[in-house]
Amino acid sequence: MSTRRQWWKTALGVVLTALMLFPIYWMINVSLTPGERMRQTPPDWFPTSPTFEGYAAVLRDQLPALGTSLLVGVCTAALTVAVAAPAGFALAKLSPLGGGPLHFVLVIAQMIPGIIMAMGFYSLYLSVGGLDTWWGLVIADSTLAVPFGALVFTAFMSAVPDEIIQAARIDGAGLWRTFRSVVLPASRNAVVTVSLFAFLWAWSDFVFANTLNGSGDVRPITLGIYRYIGNNDQDWNSIMATAVVASVPAAVLLVVAQRYVAAGVTAGAVKD
Amino acid sequence: MTTAPNRSGPRRRWPSPRTTAWGFLAPLVVYLVAFYLYPLLRNLDLSLRDHTVRSFVRNDAPFVWLDNYVRVVTSAAFAPALWNTLVFTALSLVFQYGIGLALAVFFHQHFRLSVPLRALFLVPWLLPLIVSASTWSWMLNSESGVVNSVLTAFGADPVNWLTSPQYSLLAVLVANIWIGIPFNLVLLYSGLRNIPPRLHEAAALDGAGGWQRFWRITMPLLRPVSAITLLLGLVYTLKVFDIIWIMTQGGPGNSSTTLATWSYELGFGSLLPRFGPGAAVGNLLILIALFFGVIHIRVQRRQEAA
Repeated sequence: MSTRRQWWKTALGVVLTALMLFPIYWMINVSLTPGERMRQTPPDWFPTSPTFEGYAAVLRDQLPALGTSLLVGVCTAALTVAVAAPAGFALAKLSPLGGGPLHFVLVIAQMIPGIIMAMGFYSLYLSVGGLDTWWGLVIADSTLAVPFGALVFTAFMSAVPDEIIQAARIDGAGLWRTFRSVVLPASRNAVVTVSLFAFLWAWSDFVFANTLNGSGDVRPITLGIYRYIGNNDQDWNSIMATAVVASVPAAVLLVVAQRYVAAGVTAGAVKD
Repeated sequence: MTTAPNRSGPRRRWPSPRTTAWGFLAPLVVYLVAFYLYPLLRNLDLSLRDHTVRSFVRNDAPFVWLDNYVRVVTSAAFAPALWNTLVFTALSLVFQYGIGLALAVFFHQHFRLSVPLRALFLVPWLLPLIVSASTWSWMLNSESGVVNSVLTAFGADPVNWLTSPQYSLLAVLVANIWIGIPFNLVLLYSGLRNIPPRLHEAAALDGAGGWQRFWRITMPLLRPVSAITLLLGLVYTLKVFDIIWIMTQGGPGNSSTTLATWSYELGFGSLLPRFGPGAAVGNLLILIALFFGVIHIRVQRRQEAA
């Protein structure tokens, strides 16, 4: 009796998921549709005669952009962890003077719209020469992740038992060694979560890239897509092929690190 | 080993003074001052000066107090942008929350495959926004879009989703709701998991039906999580820029312009940038976001205290 109800629910679940993921299917389908069949009605529902020209265009045009995105993403993740992890330790375990207000500032900082930061950075970089540089983009992109990272580290490190830290202290470890060799390894999950999100946000960033690196050669993959859209011929086969390639990190993340993703969404929003 | 006991008692809290903690906080504080506070101050400064491209580079624009703000608020574009922001935000929240909650309740029933299917629902949230936005652009394309071809197959007239003023806001709204559903689903699902199942069991024994249990048990107990989800959603939706800019650039006319896209358009959208008014719109947006941000923090504090 109950198994029949279960099957009904599974079927509905599959249908709902298919509906939700249809745009992604469509992106893949269009990325395989040849240009001459692109504008016909009705459209090809399945890639019956797939072309890989779009992907060839990605290899031809977008490799430098993919490299830039990778570099910026990795450096953003590293910078974010380097700034946020020690701060999380202090906020979680050292009860610093002014910790409460700082916590407040971190929550508020996440709420500042990106375009406003972009305008400020533009004005700042114009005077110090950060426009069209990869490091300028790393710093700007890291502002998306540092407050989030500090809050996640604070939450995770609060859960590290005080006894372990006490034991390290009794063995004569200084604060820094205690942090490096005891607290940080114990918060490995936080390091993974924060790095993943910092990488993904930097990889996905469009606002900072378009305002700060719009004119030069140092362009990430999101601008590669934007340029394709802006072209007069609007080659949707190439646009969607690039979009598929740009989605790979998100897909990998979901497969490899799903529990970290859920942890990241929930972090700072809900107290368990 | 013998020196250990005289350093500190086992029950004492951290032995070193709280000020050493600032060694660990210093990188973050320096970072926040240099890369948050300073750009925001630059932005504030921009909004208080009368900038031209030349004065922007040479940094010698005259100080004009609140002129830019007055100009922005009294301009004809202000009311539509504010209205679109309100409509876009309110409808996004209602549908993201409603659909997210329905899905959370559905997936909470733990049927076969519920875990991997729920995981797949996260995909739209993880995709780069430009990927989602360009995919929706093509799906909503007037001549070759799949949405219009489905509409015509059912005998309806095709709709100029992105190029007609009546529909452009609806088009970006649909895309934004799609992106926001996973976030709501995950938060509300974790909220549902924290409701003790025995409450439902007890109510079921007392003869309460599924619908009644949902309104009498689930919704009241979910209220704290709902409040946080909606407030965070609100703050995030106010910020939405990428989707609208990529799909419609706020157009046609200003039919899908929000405060966020308007600010960008003023500052960067044309060959003749108007940084002062652009920054002024941006700062107004910050004020709105901060207002709800502070409410969010107060709600969260109250829940932690409770």
